[in-house]
Amino acid sequence: MKSRINVRNVVVALTALGLLLLPVYSALTGNIFILTLFTRIVIFALAAASLNLIMGYGGMMSFGHAAYLGIGGYAVGILAHEGIGSGFIQWPVALALSALYALVIGALSLRTRGVYFIMITLAFAQMAYYIASGLSRYGGDDGLTIYKRSTFGGLIDLSNRVQFYYLCLFCLFGGVYLIWRIVNSRFGMVVQGVRSNEQRMQAIGFHANRYRLVCFVISGTICGLAGALLANNTDFISPAGMYWTRSGELMVMVVFGGMGTLFGPVLGTIVFLLLEEILSQFTEYWALIMGPLLLLIVLFARGGIMGLLGRLSRG
Amino acid sequence: MLVLVEQSLNGLQFGLLLFLLAAGLTLVFGIMDFVNLAHGSLYMMGAYFAATFVAWTNSFVLGILLALGATLLLGILLEFVALRHLYGRDHLDQVLATFGLILFFNDAVRLIWGPAGLSLPLPSWLTVPVQIVPGVFYPAYRLSIIVVALAVAAMLYIVVMRTRIGMLIRAGASNREMIGALGINIKLLFTLVFGLGAALAGLAGLMQAPILTVQIGMGENILILAFVIIVIGGIGSIRGAFLAAIFVGMIDTLGRAFLPDLLRTVLSSAAASTAAPALSSMLIYLLMAIVLVVRPEGLFPAAKR
Repeated sequence: MKSRINVRNVVVALTALGLLLLPVYSALTGNIFILTLFTRIVIFALAAASLNLIMGYGGMMSFGHAAYLGIGGYAVGILAHEGIGSGFIQWPVALALSALYALVIGALSLRTRGVYFIMITLAFAQMAYYIASGLSRYGGDDGLTIYKRSTFGGLIDLSNRVQFYYLCLFCLFGGVYLIWRIVNSRFGMVVQGVRSNEQRMQAIGFHANRYRLVCFVISGTICGLAGALLANNTDFISPAGMYWTRSGELMVMVVFGGMGTLFGPVLGTIVFLLLEEILSQFTEYWALIMGPLLLLIVLFARGGIMGLLGRLSRG
Repeated sequence: MLVLVEQSLNGLQFGLLLFLLAAGLTLVFGIMDFVNLAHGSLYMMGAYFAATFVAWTNSFVLGILLALGATLLLGILLEFVALRHLYGRDHLDQVLATFGLILFFNDAVRLIWGPAGLSLPLPSWLTVPVQIVPGVFYPAYRLSIIVVALAVAAMLYIVVMRTRIGMLIRAGASNREMIGALGINIKLLFTLVFGLGAALAGLAGLMQAPILTVQIGMGENILILAFVIIVIGGIGSIRGAFLAAIFVGMIDTLGRAFLPDLLRTVLSSAAASTAAPALSSMLIYLLMAIVLVVRPEGLFPAAKR
């Protein structure tokens, strides 16, 4: 049996440990900024992990995942605006709406394949974007400020930076664990089987599209949770957050880290957002470097960070 | 009635502009099987080049001719340096790589021209209204866009359907390996097609420039519209792109012009004026979703591979 201690596993374990201990570091050094930055990173990692479930394991290239971030966020924002501040209502609504949206667009989109699937998920996400822009009662194009974060009846205080960070981290670990369980279940095996050879799976009696659809809905729901967290993090929600470039960024994070690996999207998100942060400190024109870097990664580093670590592990 | 004529002409003009953008995209997509998100950046570059060269040369015509050449060269350079290595790769890889190029171009423009937008002033001979039928006046510039775009469309049709190059392009679209095996320099053909597409995108950008401001990110929204058009029209089909572009241009323009009034009959005035543009933008995506569900290969698909 292959040794479990290799470069790849060590990096993953160290990253998880680092994320767990980050608030301690932040408290010791008084560096609040790093905690704020990593709260954002953790939330986006959850979104990327959910996208990876359908992209990496399901072979469904969704170019519209930002829509769920928006739906989850708007559910929180609109309910807060209407005076319903309880997270026990806001969050289930956010999840349910994301699931419902995923169910409807999934049922339609899954009739297409390949590049058409990329385009149709994009089209639906753009529709969601324009719906949000048209919500004049909730700020329209300008967005909606959330004056009070979700309350959980004294259980947890989302305005407390450390508590909120750990909540996000709990959601991330929970989400990754859930995805791990799904991927290794019978259901997950069927989904991966369909990705590899749809005809064969059909022939041995699996209803390929039903499995795909359920997987699509689960992914959307997890991303909706990330949306609810993100809205609480920024205290603000606007259509700009669900524009197609955001969906593109999520795809980049997944591919950066390594598509179809459990922790790849988490590492990809950390590297992508940290790189963005660091480059933007050196120069205002960070995308001037990030853009070509992306091109080079696609051209030369297949399998992303996880692929690279995997090659290192094999020595 | 007058408003309807005017808005229909605006719709036609916008549709033809979209066609110029979509034609390049559908050729590249249909022949090289390449998804080029950076097409919108070429559109933006066309507009920036035009604004710069017109200011330089003090001549509108000379400036836009120079801009057209510059976009063509940029497209060829881009293909040669980066994009040709992505042919035959996964669509996802192409989407990501060209997404990176969008980031690059946006910041490059910000570095070179600054974050503020530019404007491209029209020469006086293009600003006069023209009487098209007795009693109906229409801006000369918009009319000239319609004329130029129609001329380009006709030229494109002739080139693709009636010349040897066009024959090779069509052959490339239906079977790449085969025309390579027949001794055609397929790399050169691809570079040529890509350059042609880039020039068309640049032309669309520079013609749109005097109407809107020239700004960063101007290519992103319209790029997605162009993708919608080629999906509705059928990937690789110029005829499909032409019809779908005019259709989409009409829906967009007429929706923006008349939906607010229609909505005002059921909604409050303020709500209607926010909801209407959103609704008319949505209509297009709705149309594409319906087309994809009912006829995934598009309304006017190119000949089967």
